[in-house]
Amino acid sequence: MRAGIVVFPGINRERDMAIAIESCFGQAPRLVWHHETDLAGLDLLVLPGGFSYGDYLRCGAMAAHSPVMGAVAAHARRGGYVLGVCNGFQILTEAGLLPGALLRNAGLRFLSMDCFLRVERADTVFTSRWAAGEVFRAPMAHGDGNYTADADTLDRLEGEGRVAFRYVDADGKTSAAANLNGSARAIAGIYSDNARVLGLMPHPEDLVDPLLGGVDGRPLFDSLAAALVA
Amino acid sequence: MAQPVDAALARSFGLSAEEFATVLAIMGRTPTLAELGVFSVMWSEHCSYKSSRVWLRTLPTTAPWVIHGPGENAGVVAIGDGLAAIFKMESHNHPSFIEPYQGAATGVGGILRDVYTMGARPIANLNALRFGDPGLAVTRRVVDGVVRGIGGYGNCVGVPTVGGEVNFHPAYNGNPLVNAMTVGIAPADRIFLSAAAGIGNQVVYVGSRTGRDGIHGATMASAEFGADAEEKRPTVQVGDPFTEKLLIEACLELMATDAIVAIQDMGAAGLTSSAVEMAGKGGVGIELDMDAVPQRETGMSAYEMLLSESQERMLIVLRPGAEAMARAIFEKWELAFAVIGRITDTGRFVAVHAGVVEVDIPLDPLAEAAPLYTRPHLPPVPRAPLGPVADPLGIEAALLRLVGCPDLCSRRWIWDQYDSTVGGQTVKRPGAADAAIVRLDGSRRALALTTDCTPRYCLADPQVGGAQAVAEAWRNITATGARPLAVTDNLNFGNPEKPEIMGQFVAAIAGMGAACRALDFPVVSGNVSLYNETDGQSILPTPAIGGLGVIDDAALAVGIAPGAGDELVLIGATAGWLGQSLWLREIAGREDGPPPPVDLAAERANGDFVRGEILAGRVVACHDVSDGGLLVALAEMAMAGDTGLALDAAPEGMGAHEFWFGEDQARYVLAVADAPALLDRAAAAGIAARRLGRCAGTDLTLAGGITISVRACRGAHEAFLPNWLQ
Repeated sequence: MRAGIVVFPGINRERDMAIAIESCFGQAPRLVWHHETDLAGLDLLVLPGGFSYGDYLRCGAMAAHSPVMGAVAAHARRGGYVLGVCNGFQILTEAGLLPGALLRNAGLRFLSMDCFLRVERADTVFTSRWAAGEVFRAPMAHGDGNYTADADTLDRLEGEGRVAFRYVDADGKTSAAANLNGSARAIAGIYSDNARVLGLMPHPEDLVDPLLGGVDGRPLFDSLAAALVA
Repeated sequence: MAQPVDAALARSFGLSAEEFATVLAIMGRTPTLAELGVFSVMWSEHCSYKSSRVWLRTLPTTAPWVIHGPGENAGVVAIGDGLAAIFKMESHNHPSFIEPYQGAATGVGGILRDVYTMGARPIANLNALRFGDPGLAVTRRVVDGVVRGIGGYGNCVGVPTVGGEVNFHPAYNGNPLVNAMTVGIAPADRIFLSAAAGIGNQVVYVGSRTGRDGIHGATMASAEFGADAEEKRPTVQVGDPFTEKLLIEACLELMATDAIVAIQDMGAAGLTSSAVEMAGKGGVGIELDMDAVPQRETGMSAYEMLLSESQERMLIVLRPGAEAMARAIFEKWELAFAVIGRITDTGRFVAVHAGVVEVDIPLDPLAEAAPLYTRPHLPPVPRAPLGPVADPLGIEAALLRLVGCPDLCSRRWIWDQYDSTVGGQTVKRPGAADAAIVRLDGSRRALALTTDCTPRYCLADPQVGGAQAVAEAWRNITATGARPLAVTDNLNFGNPEKPEIMGQFVAAIAGMGAACRALDFPVVSGNVSLYNETDGQSILPTPAIGGLGVIDDAALAVGIAPGAGDELVLIGATAGWLGQSLWLREIAGREDGPPPPVDLAAERANGDFVRGEILAGRVVACHDVSDGGLLVALAEMAMAGDTGLALDAAPEGMGAHEFWFGEDQARYVLAVADAPALLDRAAAAGIAARRLGRCAGTDLTLAGGITISVRACRGAHEAFLPNWLQ
């Protein structure tokens, strides 16, 4: 199983992601420069967090037009696995690989804190090491994480089981207070229609080591490792 | 520009009549406008340290672990495993008042460049902030802008902001302080310096293009403010953290090769300062072709290009033959790259623009004749002893008011806007421990980082205050279990031409130096910011200290949160000192008396004892006792651990308010499983220690039936900043 982390100019959580992947997969990921178009041999493509192109124009808008994104889209069309976290999620929506968009946080401030996420389904390659309904903690660090889509799209996402994670309180309940960035229906992450492309705002990769505050984020990577190592 | 270059213009550039006479003597002719600009910025207080240099020399700067002390872009200390920590703190005070967002943002950018220009990957940012009276609308605007600016820049470049401090006082109404600190890591044998060498070597400009922003920023930062502060907005630079991020990666990529002879960021005084410093330190000359400078605007003069403080730019002297490889790296990162000059053997700084020699200055006299003043200084007047102070409020109400006051309330609203986890190495985030703990990639080792200063102590007694700032930084590092190694200082004072202000500076340096020596905690880098006055009103003397320590096993580091059942022990002696305490200010309404004395021998002994206990694995949590005194420290621990505390009675012989709120120094609260054993070891070591109580229930219970709910404390503690700013 081989993972590649796509590096756009201004990305800054590629090292966090590499540490998490190496510690859970037992194999270092390949760093893929945004000009590369040959992604042969990579099973999982990760678009990490950061500020690609400084978030200028719109978060993820310019990175979505990088040369590498054609190859990422082709990989997804072939049924390949793609994980986009934070800015990576924004890029996936800008590139049309996931529906909806990420707006400014409802409070108009950058939010850096731990949040609680509820696993909406545990039968995907990303979530098999969790139980459905399980709650885990993850750091969030973003200014534009307020997920939005039109009502039909939201209904379709819900109906097709494509909501991956929701912002909840520690007891697993949704509330306005727990939905810190104001996302529609408290959506923190969504899947593509084949559940092989996942985008989410918080950072499970920053919580895979007890010394750094816990291992709540580890099941995401362990799930991928279990599914793909074969 | 057809302005005549004369004494009047020189004065408007900040040069005194004597200084301008020296310029004429060095040049042997009337300087050009560009040359006058070069002299004025190089001899500004900001660049030349002309009022402070004689005193800075008295600070201890060496230790076996110090690789580079003051004089380089940042200080460098060995931290083991063949690695070095590179760090510095720098002010961006004046710009942050004029334009808070950009002033603070570019302060972060500037200090980052000081660190990565030496070859280090930045791994942590901290900031020490002082703001005016929270009752003023302008203070709210400045706080909001500064916090957004620090976050906007630091979050985008992907360096975690892990710690810092905030104070409020009316003395900062017209002159807030924004002191930014960056810490980076490099292989100890791969440190890059700025001394140019190699006659004929190319001088290369990389990064952003040069615009007209920030011209004469260094001069602006060397003068008092008046009512015209708003008009100085054009002297503030504009930051681009995206370009900074690219520049970090490109520079580190080039630094992994052998292409670089010398490298220097363009900070204050821009291209002028970096060219002059690189050539001057190398004992060579430098010639620049200003037509080759990448420009953002058309029609820029040599004067404008030389004095511009456009951000995100570096100057590099390359080895022969390295140009193509270096160019490829910067083009990959989509950054400007231009050969703009060469190293010469003339000992002169020459700048040619459109075929005209605009600057031709001998470098040695520019450096050697730089002004150096031993300004008149009046010794500070000692404050009269405080005498007895009755308790007007009672313990419970005082505690709730103190934990909610602007200087002690939770900083969560601020740090929630800073990305503190990017990099994946933050072991103790803001608020979790007395110092932030950031692990080194691929190692068990971690750094402990803090910034400290208690300005009200410094005003009342600058010498004690200077010592206390150093001691508190040392104590905060110690309280995590880490070994304090070295400090960077950021000396913020008023107008040095006033003897009482200069007296504050001299006394504070004396106190700092004594503490640094007693604690083996040398100064390895720093920055001086003078003229922090608006309309003649000086700030409190604020020698902010940035401390760095190392802990060999990050898993041994402790935070401030105890657990149920832990016993609490106070290390250090308590006299109940209320002079200059926050209790006195917030409860009794007085800023009065001398500050608590700093006993450096006790600091050392108590701290070494505490660190030994932590590293032996016998301590669950540790918190130093500082602002607000013992009960505030205990309340902070209770809130962090979400536990109540059953506290023993205050000792006989002093008032309960003196015991609980006095600010005696050199004290720590330890949460341990076995208090009697700890008390025995302390007694054997000759360390003052006292059992305080144990963690139990959900309230703070004190003798005499006083019960204060931890929930009420948290409500008061968390309320102020969000209510004020949201």
